[in-house]
Amino acid sequence: MTPQVTSTGTKATRVIGALALVGLGWLLLFGLVLSPPDENQGEAVRMLYLHVPTVWLAYLAFGVTALGSIFYLIPKTRSLAWDRLAGASAEIGVLFTGLTLVAGAIWGRITWGVYWTWDARLTTTALLFVLFLGYLAIRRLPATPGQRAKRCAIAGLIAFIDVPLVHLSVTWWRTLHQPATIKTIGDVEISGSMLFTLFVGLIAFNLVYIWLMMHKMRVMMMEDALDDHGLELALEERRAEAELQEVVP
Amino acid sequence: MLRAAALIAGKDLRIEARSRVATNQVIPLAFCILLVFAFALDPDRGTLTAAAPGLFWVAVLLSTVLGAQRSFSVETADGTRDALRLSGLDPGGIFLGKSGALAVQLLVLEVLLGVGVVVLYTTDLRPEGVALLVVAGLVTTVGLATTSTLFGALSAGLRVRETLFPLLLIPAVTPILIGATRAYEAALGTGGADTSEGWPWVGLLGVFALAYSAFGLVGFGALMEEQ
Amino acid sequence: MEPVVHLRDVVALLGRFPALAGASLDVQRGEIVLVRGRNGAGKTTLLRTLAGLLAVTSGEAVVLGSDLRTDRRGVRTKVGLLGHGNGLYDDLTVEENVRFWGRTVGATDDEVTAAMAHLGLSGRLAGVAVHRLSAGQRRRTAIAVVAARRPELWLLDEPHAGLDAAGRDLVDGLLHHAVEAGATVVFASHELDRAEPLAHRVVTMAGGRIEPVAPVTAPVAVSC
Repeated sequence: MTPQVTSTGTKATRVIGALALVGLGWLLLFGLVLSPPDENQGEAVRMLYLHVPTVWLAYLAFGVTALGSIFYLIPKTRSLAWDRLAGASAEIGVLFTGLTLVAGAIWGRITWGVYWTWDARLTTTALLFVLFLGYLAIRRLPATPGQRAKRCAIAGLIAFIDVPLVHLSVTWWRTLHQPATIKTIGDVEISGSMLFTLFVGLIAFNLVYIWLMMHKMRVMMMEDALDDHGLELALEERRAEAELQEVVP
Repeated sequence: MLRAAALIAGKDLRIEARSRVATNQVIPLAFCILLVFAFALDPDRGTLTAAAPGLFWVAVLLSTVLGAQRSFSVETADGTRDALRLSGLDPGGIFLGKSGALAVQLLVLEVLLGVGVVVLYTTDLRPEGVALLVVAGLVTTVGLATTSTLFGALSAGLRVRETLFPLLLIPAVTPILIGATRAYEAALGTGGADTSEGWPWVGLLGVFALAYSAFGLVGFGALMEEQ
Repeated sequence: MEPVVHLRDVVALLGRFPALAGASLDVQRGEIVLVRGRNGAGKTTLLRTLAGLLAVTSGEAVVLGSDLRTDRRGVRTKVGLLGHGNGLYDDLTVEENVRFWGRTVGATDDEVTAAMAHLGLSGRLAGVAVHRLSAGQRRRTAIAVVAARRPELWLLDEPHAGLDAAGRDLVDGLLHHAVEAGATVVFASHELDRAEPLAHRVVTMAGGRIEPVAPVTAPVAVSC
């Protein structure tokens, strides 16, 4: 029967959400005010606290999408829940990958005067972004849940194999001719209270990720339940067609 | 499975021989792209020669998009997709057949484009680099053909396939593009590269081609089942 | 005796739409069954489901001994389906098309030649590229492709549509010939003047379900 749930929030999400907010608040405090500026880069190094967690989350989200795709494709563990996991993670992942690129561009502008450098990590992240977009494009195609799950799982698996190859080829390429004099944001030396702040930031962002995932997956489940209910209605309507028509003489 | 592959490849090549879409449209377009590069980049300062390997592979990639789309539009035109499913042919074999036919067409294109690049971009071929050129070219072509066939099947029959297919293909073949260009730079000695530097890239290209061939053999059947 | 087709309350979905909403049908070997009904009643979906192309969501569905819920692929090589599209490659000739599709199921050259002859395609037309043919000629080529497979179960969607009188006679002859050799035919048609004399039994579809009507001729006595 129709579920009477009207919201995707539960005690669990409220707790996690609250913790995430606290964590973010802590991060803001320590990141912007209480932690020391870097010797070389000055205040600009504070971008680190935003950039590193978003990078981490982008790749985590990607990994989860890949995992969900694989588990969906294995017949023994096949279940639409894996597909929902993969799809939700991809949506959140593309958001964080975009954030990573923007944060990286801003930081680059501040410290080096350029928005973009073709170093290995940045380039690979840019490609990850486009791959995510392709995955989401496939996800939005009209299809039954089963068809969509299969298509997306195959695409997710292809991306899973592709990203390491992309990373490898880009890294090889960019280290061949350039000595490693270009320091990227990930190469900053961190210690002491900076490390602590970073750690807090990572935890806070992880909580945000989990909170978003829980809500998104619940929304997806409700959408699918709506479809199933829709099927019963559709069957009744379809059969009613027969009674309304006269039989062809 | 090999029988299925031979049947399908033969059929696709015969269709090409009759309709001549690749020879009359795709190859001329590839040459147009070579010309366009010359307009966009200054031909007098050696930019074209320095960039020749990359430009060559970009032209090949864009032509692959067209060629692969053609390969699948042939199947969606008149309900032959259903007929392929009813034929009982092994889906892995169908995958190999279509990839094979596409690869053959790409190889012909590459040879002709190669001549074009040598002539138009004043590129010199070194004897010691020829083996690398041939091997890298073959492996890259296999990778391009198998990846295109896989994504072509994924987007075939969809109303948005013309725009979805390039969006899926181009990011996915980035490693091939990087590897093939570096290998060709090494073979031609562009920018002072030595031929021996190219062979590790061939290894990467090989891994890519293998991975996508495996994907296609295993996943093509599932992709054919959608309607 | 085992029916060639056994459907009981079959539901089949096209996307989210229940094209078959509880269809039931039994067909014995050697029968020619006509399925009639309005546009949208589900005739095409029924034929495609019997061919093993569509998944069965619920109900019993056994065709030529294969359970469609678990083994759709097993059925496919044993049936011949004439759908809305012709399933032909425009750039190849009539003969190349029939031969290619015949080869996929292992038909011999003789069987291919015979199929083309049955549809009047052996002469000049054999070497003509499909894109040059008229719609009726293409339809005959598509039927020849089905015939070359020598299927146990013929599934035809509007076999007479688009054909001239001579073509229709050829098709009728072909079907009688096939049934005498032990095949079974299920076909959908709007052209009842032509279709009803051909059929042993007529069923009507509406709203995704099948309502049986009394047989128009006595059923053919079949030996197992």
